[in-house]
Amino acid sequence: MKIQGSYLLAGLMFAASGWSIQAAEVHVAVAANFTAPMQKIAIEFQKDTGHKALLAFGATGKFYAQIKNGAPFAVLLAADDKTPAILESEGNAIPGSCFTYAIGTLVLWSAQSGMVDDQGAVLKKGEFQHLAIANPKTAPYGAAAIKILTQLGLLDTLQPKLVTGENISQTYQFIATGNAELGFVAMSQVMFDGKLTSGSAWIVPTNLHEPIRQDAVILAKGKDQPAAKALVDYLKGKKATAIIQSYGYMLP
Amino acid sequence: MLSAVDLAAIWLTIKLATITTAILLIVGTPIAWWLARTRSRFKGLIGAIVALPLVLPPTVLGFYLLITLGPHGPVGQFTQWLGIGLLPFTFAGLVVASVFYSLPFVVQPLQLAFEAIGPRPLEVAATLRAGPWNSFFTVVIPLAKPGFITAAILGFTHTIGEFGVVLMIGGNIPEKTRVVSVQIYDHVEALEYAEAHVLAGGLLLFSFLVLLALYSRKGTRVWQ
Amino acid sequence: MTPDAAIRARFQVIWPRFTLDIDLTLPGRGVTALFGHSGSGKTTLLRCLAGLERHCVGLLHFKGEIWQDSERGIFRPTHQRPLGYVFQEASLFPHLSVQKNLDYGRTRVNHAHKVSLEDVVELLGIAHLLDRMPDRLSGGERQRVAIARSLATSPELLLMDEPLAALDLKRKNEILPYLERLRDELDIPVCYVSHSPDEVARLADHIVLLAEGRVVAAGGLRETLARLDLPTAFTEDAGVVIEAVVASHDEAYHLTRLDFPGGSVVVARRPEAIGRQLRFRIYARDVSLTLTRAEGTSIINLLSATVTEVADADTPAHVLVQLDVGGTPLIARITRRSRDHLHLAPGQPLWAQIKAVALLA
Repeated sequence: MKIQGSYLLAGLMFAASGWSIQAAEVHVAVAANFTAPMQKIAIEFQKDTGHKALLAFGATGKFYAQIKNGAPFAVLLAADDKTPAILESEGNAIPGSCFTYAIGTLVLWSAQSGMVDDQGAVLKKGEFQHLAIANPKTAPYGAAAIKILTQLGLLDTLQPKLVTGENISQTYQFIATGNAELGFVAMSQVMFDGKLTSGSAWIVPTNLHEPIRQDAVILAKGKDQPAAKALVDYLKGKKATAIIQSYGYMLP
Repeated sequence: MLSAVDLAAIWLTIKLATITTAILLIVGTPIAWWLARTRSRFKGLIGAIVALPLVLPPTVLGFYLLITLGPHGPVGQFTQWLGIGLLPFTFAGLVVASVFYSLPFVVQPLQLAFEAIGPRPLEVAATLRAGPWNSFFTVVIPLAKPGFITAAILGFTHTIGEFGVVLMIGGNIPEKTRVVSVQIYDHVEALEYAEAHVLAGGLLLFSFLVLLALYSRKGTRVWQ
Repeated sequence: MTPDAAIRARFQVIWPRFTLDIDLTLPGRGVTALFGHSGSGKTTLLRCLAGLERHCVGLLHFKGEIWQDSERGIFRPTHQRPLGYVFQEASLFPHLSVQKNLDYGRTRVNHAHKVSLEDVVELLGIAHLLDRMPDRLSGGERQRVAIARSLATSPELLLMDEPLAALDLKRKNEILPYLERLRDELDIPVCYVSHSPDEVARLADHIVLLAEGRVVAAGGLRETLARLDLPTAFTEDAGVVIEAVVASHDEAYHLTRLDFPGGSVVVARRPEAIGRQLRFRIYARDVSLTLTRAEGTSIINLLSATVTEVADADTPAHVLVQLDVGGTPLIARITRRSRDHLHLAPGQPLWAQIKAVALLA
């Protein structure tokens, strides 16, 4: 009985300590382009670890400003590799916690089928009113889009037709509602399991723009949160990487 | 201190607010007049629709405007049929959005002013041979002058402060749809805090001075 | 169309708690008082005449013109009717000076003015107020300007809705003389809404008695007030109005004699010159009757009269006796017992003792 009792006690203690870990919540700032995969990952993450990831989606630049001003995020999933590095150098992130969780691909997409050809020749023809991009000042996908247009030598001619979304989600919205005939969005927004979900698209070859390395980092606020570490580890795991890849991201 | 882009945004904002206010005074006056005088059972309905932007998040308004003004929306189809193309991402589109967005800020002070006048001055004018239009211009408008001033100021300043709707349907195009509030947002997003301060502080000061003038006007109450 | 029947009005207004249903002919000149208690429909009738009451259906002919004929779908809007309207409150345009208020209606009349602005300003004594703004005027001044403003349009019909009701007694007395001058000098019909018997007695030539939206009696002021068949609501203040001329002054006793057709009365010394017209009122309750000429009484006004009619009064204790004083009607309110005691019957000669004479100027 005595032995059994001590087992029971040990079991209770284990359960209690386990419970305290499982009850944790973690605030995560997520780049807008990673919205869909992250929502899936968070569900799996909670199923597997018991931790709950509270997700905020938006432009990376905005998150940067918020984090610097004391926002309670424990983890940042950025749309670039620059912002996590800056945060780290400024002491707002845990040194060495930075890693590339996905490599984004830019897609020229239209909600109308047949609008965009698989060579991107539609850009040269210029037979459209509006070309939507994300704000190049704040969104890496926007900056990448500008680079592509520059490479193609089309920036000057297309400049008057550019409309800018605050982030990549709003850019998608402009195109999806048909107000802009086409635009540059993240592949993750329009493709799933290697298939285009609607409209027409041209996957921009990687020689036209540098791969968009999206880095994640544990922030200073997440230092003593085991759940933050758990999430970062989970992102590197099999389940998460499969989800990430299914949305058309590459892995490092 | 202010870059050319900032100046362009300021100029665009003033242009937008001026045109919007002018349109609102023209459109809002008959609506306010009708609301103030009608006994129709649709009064509540129309009043509620006019007041909606007071409580709606701008993003809701912006979202629905984006859809209705877009190529598949009814207004978008109409504007395309008219041959003027689509309104989103154009200055005209911003004007349309701002008119909706600031409508209650113009209609409500006018309605209150008209209600305060009551039917008597119009009856007096009628017994002095003035027809309905004539008495409206010679009696109602002069008597409702404080209401018109309040309406114009609130409509103008509210349009200047507009952000969410512009962001949703503007597309952030320099000199066409990039107004001050969006420009400030861009500066903040791009971590250009010094530039953001100049514009944001300027806007704050401007709005405060306008409201100070409005609330300090002798003998007039802002909301009657 | 006879000049006496210049206005023909048949109106119906049906509201949830009130119905106006009248059929009237109003004279083409002089002041017609629309008299009744509040809620009797007198203001509504006036607004119908002006075309201000949108739910009013019926017929309105004015001096041969059709202003309204609901059956034929004819309705001339207010601003096309050549009328002047004076509201209970002066309702001057607060953003316009007195001069501009006067000009407002006047400049909108396109036919030749029958009334000169100078005359109107003089008539109402407002020459010194022309440059003022309405908020710098007293209540009485405001109402005088409002009257002048409506007269300045040279109206063919003047409608006045209790123009004195909002004023205190002092202001009333300040304006009444102007209204009397108006009555005497204007050659247009005036409809004057009032619930004040004194005002009516002083100003009106004709009277329309209204009760609960219906016309109870209508006609010349003297004849109508002398009638005994009016509803009890009007008999509390029953009495007659008599128009008289200042005949002589008795400086020793400080008295004035006023002559009227069929008799005369003596009152305290009046300032008016001999020959001036004056109206006075004799309430039925102030008249007592004696079969023989009373001697040794302090009452100085004794009139020889003949009974024309006896009728019930507002209380079962009283009766109203209509008398004829040489052509001028008079009413006495006496007890039923006195009637029987004196065996009063039409045709009977007797003496009327007047206890009080209410002068209306």
